[in-house]
Amino acid sequence: MSQTKSIRVQRYLPEQEPEPFWQNYEVPFDESTSILDALNYIKDELDNTLSYRWSCRMAICGSCGVMVNGIPKLGCKTFLREYGTRVDISALAHFPVERDLVVDMDIFMEHLEAVKPYIIDKSKGRPTGESDTYRQTPAQMARYHQFSNCINCGLCYAACPQFGLNNQFLGPAAITLAQRYNLDNRDKGKRERMAALSEHDGVWSCTFVGFCSTVCPKHVDPAAAVNQGKIEAAKYTLINLLNG
Amino acid sequence: MNRDEFDIVIVGGGGAGLRTAIAAAEKAKAEGRQQRIALISKIYPMRSHTVAAEGGAAAVTDEGDSYQAHFDDTVSGGDWLCDQGVVDYFVHNTYRELAQLERWGCPWSRRPDGSIQVRRFGGMKTARTWFAADKSGFHMLHTLFQTSMQYPEIERLDEYYVTDLAVENQQVHGLIALCVATGEMHVIGAKAVILATGGAGRLFRFNTNAGTVTGDGMAMAYRHGVALRDMEFVQYHPTGLPGSGVLITEASRGEGGILLNKDGYRYLQDYGLGPETPLGEPKNKYMELGPRDKLSQAFWQEQQAGRTGKLGDSDVVYLDLRHLGKDYILERLPFICELAKAFVNVDPIKEPIPIRPAVHYTMGGIETNGQCETSIQGLYAAGECASVGLHGANRLGSNSLSELLVFGRLAGESASDLASERSAPSKAVLEQQAQQQLDLIHQLKQGDGSENWVALRKEMVKAMESGCGIYREEAGMQAALNTIRALRQRYKNVKLEDSSESYNTDLLQCLEVGCSLDIAEASCLAALERRESRGAHQRLDEGLQKRDDVNFLKHSQVFYQGDANATITWQDVDVRFSAPAERVYGDAAKGAHS
Repeated sequence: MSQTKSIRVQRYLPEQEPEPFWQNYEVPFDESTSILDALNYIKDELDNTLSYRWSCRMAICGSCGVMVNGIPKLGCKTFLREYGTRVDISALAHFPVERDLVVDMDIFMEHLEAVKPYIIDKSKGRPTGESDTYRQTPAQMARYHQFSNCINCGLCYAACPQFGLNNQFLGPAAITLAQRYNLDNRDKGKRERMAALSEHDGVWSCTFVGFCSTVCPKHVDPAAAVNQGKIEAAKYTLINLLNG
Repeated sequence: MNRDEFDIVIVGGGGAGLRTAIAAAEKAKAEGRQQRIALISKIYPMRSHTVAAEGGAAAVTDEGDSYQAHFDDTVSGGDWLCDQGVVDYFVHNTYRELAQLERWGCPWSRRPDGSIQVRRFGGMKTARTWFAADKSGFHMLHTLFQTSMQYPEIERLDEYYVTDLAVENQQVHGLIALCVATGEMHVIGAKAVILATGGAGRLFRFNTNAGTVTGDGMAMAYRHGVALRDMEFVQYHPTGLPGSGVLITEASRGEGGILLNKDGYRYLQDYGLGPETPLGEPKNKYMELGPRDKLSQAFWQEQQAGRTGKLGDSDVVYLDLRHLGKDYILERLPFICELAKAFVNVDPIKEPIPIRPAVHYTMGGIETNGQCETSIQGLYAAGECASVGLHGANRLGSNSLSELLVFGRLAGESASDLASERSAPSKAVLEQQAQQQLDLIHQLKQGDGSENWVALRKEMVKAMESGCGIYREEAGMQAALNTIRALRQRYKNVKLEDSSESYNTDLLQCLEVGCSLDIAEASCLAALERRESRGAHQRLDEGLQKRDDVNFLKHSQVFYQGDANATITWQDVDVRFSAPAERVYGDAAKGAHS
């Protein structure tokens, strides 16, 4: 670790300073040093006051989303070796910043809950015994499985211009989660979910920029889910219209 | 200060905490009780470390398998230190829990006919591990979290750090929590409190665990007089990535991956796990499907003999999956392909993965009885933070994800019953405890201490690694214990750099280090005093290299003594069904009891 890199971190300490400011840190690195490793180095060795979220450091818990040079990234899966002389780290865009790299995730959590992300099945034939299970063939699982891999990191919200303009927009992850259940053969709750999805702040807010899918660290492809959601919402609206 | 009162408070939002919360809510509904349930977590629930579990969850599933077989595998896997009544309850209740998770939407991997697929796992006699590709913990956690959203009785307090329990005369009255966003103290009364705070892998430098796995819940119960039991048993997972310690699932071997030393030799055949099984034909309880303790010990022996390779500064052996073929690897093990590429720049489809053992799981924990009750009335523990008596001296892979469901449910249902009978918590006890916590935090922020928690943590993890590793010696364990005790004294003189209120992670990490230091002492003391070798606790000392059932067929119990040294006592093990026998794998197990 003989090399070092200069890293700029956007600090925000509202209890001490009203405005955000950039702070420079010199961080040693090698081929394996991630953005998160760099932040941990700063926290431990240079500045105990830096705050950020992290947990698993293996790209599955979704805690450590940050902007690196203006692009949403998962800190643990992004490496200093990928960058030249400029490495600017700031809080995820489009969320209110609480402090340093920590953003307020409340609205994100509300959007997840709004789409009723659980199996809804009141049908007569549903398995009810304590050892009963549904049948689901690999082909049936393949219909929704990709959408079930979302780690709720929020990078797609930081990438979404519509969410930036209007945070009431459900956003890519919540719509993806709705589709994950809508497409699951065990679920019968699509109608309940479509109410939220069909509203103005549901799928129709999306202008199909597609940047959400580009930044997704787990290749979930939320843009595809949103597009499918639009078709479903159109059907839902049409059926409601016909039913008067 | 903010004040609130609940019937049931669950600390920890991982698999165990979420299962507990749902069980309590359902039980309350079934009994017609109006109960307020709080789920408190220092991070958002879906960030909890359950998310990183990869391989799967065990239950007797296919024809030809039996409860007796799962029981025998677990008890011999635990080197006969499991409480057998608890194991018996466990093996009979895992299937219905996994089925429940299926009905809640968990995307378990399937057979072509749509039924549940199971895979092989180490130390298990037959394939009985349910899995969701190699992200089983992730899918279980998200399924539980999302399912929990349909229960309005569950009120989440996301990003609240519990600093202490309120306890008087062996009765719990609630707890004190810090709202991370605001720094405000919350005094939370409760009739029942369930700790589901996870393990303590972060006591060690090189581990597979998230940064949050610091043993906070264990320390809280321990400081109020509950025994920490069997803390000497720390599981080294045989396959972590060098450098980071990131986990490469045991399912890699369950699916047929092999372990090679630097000469390309399948060295496990030299350590009582052979004979060598043909490539692509994994055999339960042979070779790569031996238990984790034996495999990590074999690595150590190879390392001593100079037969390990190198990656950077790390000694490594190699996990070879290539013969499984690209399609099968991508179907069953997609996540570890992603991890190997990202963290060691290796494509497992084309090259063997360099790996080495890393601390993974805390077998011991907060002592509970088979009903998840601690010695404090109203206080329960479930999941990795607990020592319910299931794992003994070595946990079998895929028993822990099942454990958190089986015992999370049990704890939640019991807590609902108890809360319906207990009187309201004492405000006086709560207020007194809250004042103490306020004073403590004030001292950390404004006091004249000179120690920094970062330095203390570094010394702790180094001491634990050198003294309480895969193989242990008297002198090394004593040195580690001495170091930890000195660090505990120095911790009293710790001072923060950050005195702010909002998202003060300097404070949170400092509190975590304080918890870790207390339980590290328990772990070292139990290790030093267990003068035998059993499961994950292997001694090199002359005369102590074998299991000693005459003197040590016992659980260790360590008790907190404030600033003074912790003390240890021993407790009988429940061996009602299966008398201790020799623990053998590979051909050596032919004709043996298990």
